[in-house]
Amino acid sequence: MAPLLEVIGVSKQYPGVLANDDISLTVDSGEVVALLGENGAGKSTLVKAVFGLLRPDAGEIRIKGEPIVFGDTNAVIGRGVGMVHQHFQLVPVMSVAENIVLGDEPRRGGLLNMKKARAEVRALSERYGLAVDPAAMVEDLPVGMQQRIEILKALRKEVDLLILDEPTAVLTPQEIDEFLNVVRVLASQGVGIVLITHKLREVMAVADRVVVLRGGKVVGITTPKESNEEGLAQLMVGRSVVLRVNKGDAHPGKPVLTIKGLEVRDDRKLKAVDGVNLEVLSGEIVGVAGVEGNGQRELVEAICGMRPRAAGEVLVGGVPTENMHPHAVHLSGISHIPEDREKHGLVSSYSIADNLVLNQFDQEPFARGWIRNAGEITKNAHVLVKQFDIRTPSIKATAGTLSGGNMQKVIVARELSQDFHVLVAAQPTRGIDVGSIEFIHKQLIAARDRGAGVLLVSAELDEILSLSDRVAVMSGGKIVAVLDATGADRAYIGRLMAGLHD
Amino acid sequence: MSQLKSKRNYLLIAVAAVFAYFYHKDGAVTTSVVSTAISFGLPLALAAMVGIMCERTGIVNIGIEGTMLISAFAAFFVASTVKSIIIGLIAAIVVGMLAGFLLALMAVSWRMDQIIAGTIINILATGLTSFLFKQGHTLPSAMPEIDIPVLQNIPFFGPVLFMHGPITYFGLIFIVFLWVALFHTVWGLRTRAVGEHPGSADTAGVSVLRLRYLNVTLAGAVGGIAGAFLSLELVGSFERGFTAGKGFTALALMIFGRWNPLGALAAAMFFGIAQAVTNQLMIDQVVNIPQQFVNMLPYVMTILVLAFAAGKVRPPAAEGQPYEKEQA
Repeated sequence: MAPLLEVIGVSKQYPGVLANDDISLTVDSGEVVALLGENGAGKSTLVKAVFGLLRPDAGEIRIKGEPIVFGDTNAVIGRGVGMVHQHFQLVPVMSVAENIVLGDEPRRGGLLNMKKARAEVRALSERYGLAVDPAAMVEDLPVGMQQRIEILKALRKEVDLLILDEPTAVLTPQEIDEFLNVVRVLASQGVGIVLITHKLREVMAVADRVVVLRGGKVVGITTPKESNEEGLAQLMVGRSVVLRVNKGDAHPGKPVLTIKGLEVRDDRKLKAVDGVNLEVLSGEIVGVAGVEGNGQRELVEAICGMRPRAAGEVLVGGVPTENMHPHAVHLSGISHIPEDREKHGLVSSYSIADNLVLNQFDQEPFARGWIRNAGEITKNAHVLVKQFDIRTPSIKATAGTLSGGNMQKVIVARELSQDFHVLVAAQPTRGIDVGSIEFIHKQLIAARDRGAGVLLVSAELDEILSLSDRVAVMSGGKIVAVLDATGADRAYIGRLMAGLHD
Repeated sequence: MSQLKSKRNYLLIAVAAVFAYFYHKDGAVTTSVVSTAISFGLPLALAAMVGIMCERTGIVNIGIEGTMLISAFAAFFVASTVKSIIIGLIAAIVVGMLAGFLLALMAVSWRMDQIIAGTIINILATGLTSFLFKQGHTLPSAMPEIDIPVLQNIPFFGPVLFMHGPITYFGLIFIVFLWVALFHTVWGLRTRAVGEHPGSADTAGVSVLRLRYLNVTLAGAVGGIAGAFLSLELVGSFERGFTAGKGFTALALMIFGRWNPLGALAAAMFFGIAQAVTNQLMIDQVVNIPQQFVNMLPYVMTILVLAFAAGKVRPPAAEGQPYEKEQA
């Protein structure tokens, strides 16, 4: 019997770049194939070709032995292929059931039959073991649940092949675990799955086969059993990658950031940070480990002046920063890599050059009095783009056109090119490719070695452990322990994160 | 939700109590005031439906004023030239649909700024109707009033609801029909999805562009009927600047009614009552204020409505944004 999906010698040329270069692979029913590669390796181009969203220049794609017509999405959908897009295609103000039936609605006479829609959704969710409440409003649901709705939407069309485009980029660690279970359940029911990702751990956990892409070519097809994370990473970037970061000993000096009895409330006015005391010395990296939603976000926002403090104080280099505007906090010596880069880190409709001076555009030398100094801004941009390896055709391109990794490099470049005593880095490598992660890690260590105090908040425990000199574990809004990073026990930290300390 | 409903019920009871009191005091005047209020409120309500149909699919239509103006003009002059009210009405519908189609062309296909597209329609309508306007035309006959047998004999409700012209009946029925369509049909679900998150509709196989064209053009037809109501049924003539800002007031009512046909209808009727009461007070010489202040009333109320309601409402999320398929 023919494989579920056959890609045979597919090539796609874009102006200036060969996005897919003679790619061949197969996917069978019930098989999970991970498509692994850095940003720009050609993963998205390939699945768009499979899903009929673009026309390759050469090659053939067969579904169940029959070739598809390139560029005809509806025909591909008709052949049993579903795709879950990276950006959710859901209407926030509608119910789960309304979202799932949209486009192919059950009717009764001329009217919409919502009772039947809800029943259909319940049946679907039972069949695949994906629990959802059909009547819930999508906007009230957490991201992991919204993704589940996207998957159900695809499954409703009786799919044999499901394409998942970077499905875990926006999920929390627990949601990722749940998601991987869902993938296993679907595969066990005979659905063939193409999983696009650049997260090695997920690949190792769930894939039956791994297809590694680099520069538009297939550079390796292997299985998790025959490979390991280091080997896959090396294939992806074409050189050996240091997953454990090389760094010298820390030389801690005086306290640069002192947090005393800090209490912060979240958006629902509940206490999110509950009496935190923490000191960051110059020349060290303090990692804040914790399950997301245990007050890390509120802690960072309170330090940076983006959220009012209910009690306690934050001193930067011994100077209190009470009731300061975020800009004033920044001027007092805090650089900040925010968690949500597109909301708080950049103005995506501004040029890269302008984004690189976003918090100092009104100061010398980027302004003379109240007039901008375009020459200096341009010069600054050229220097930083080179120094921080920001890959862009032009410094005049808008920040929104960059990939996640390059956006993050713009923020890092801006924050690290200024004078600062403290760097607050929140999830600095979330959702970006391995090469950019490595680069940003090196920059954080370089900042430390220049004598700054770094407060690193991350949901990835590996990242915390490999970068930090000291680890503060946060649970339920409290710092439950501060440990030396060398020789720290993962399992013990895991228990602390889960609130099982005694 | 239930809190909101009980609040609304109290309001309805209060309104009913006020009417009952005045009806008890002077039945004839109260009946005539409320009946007039419906006539004043109806064109506003229909115009608000135009806005709802467009904005629910994500197209801002500030050309309602122009659509009504040029349709009212077409209705009056076609009816008086060919001596047929019916053909005048048809002309208004056709002209309204053309205006809607023009807006769709500019906003959907050409991806123009929708405020500018609407303004173009308004300027075009003002210019054309002023230029082509001629004195001395009259309608062949007045729009007939249709009194519904039996029902018209119900005290108060009979004269208020069942002794009107045909467009009034059509309008009231249409508004209820639109409410059902918007919230209980496949068309409504898709329309709302396109207005909130066009990408989700597109990936589900719903053509965003086609639905936007359809809705904006159909909304134009409704605007045409609203215009015809003004020149054929309510006034029976046409003057330059005849619509006097009703299309803009309707946008405020649409917002006040939270993009819900019944909400906008209630808002429009509240407006109608305010105007009818003021008229009555002037006729009775209870108050003696210059006519200009009375004419200002809709504008003042529009400002008040927007100032007090606009902050709390939530328009369709994709409103005003042209839709582009994700680049493949």
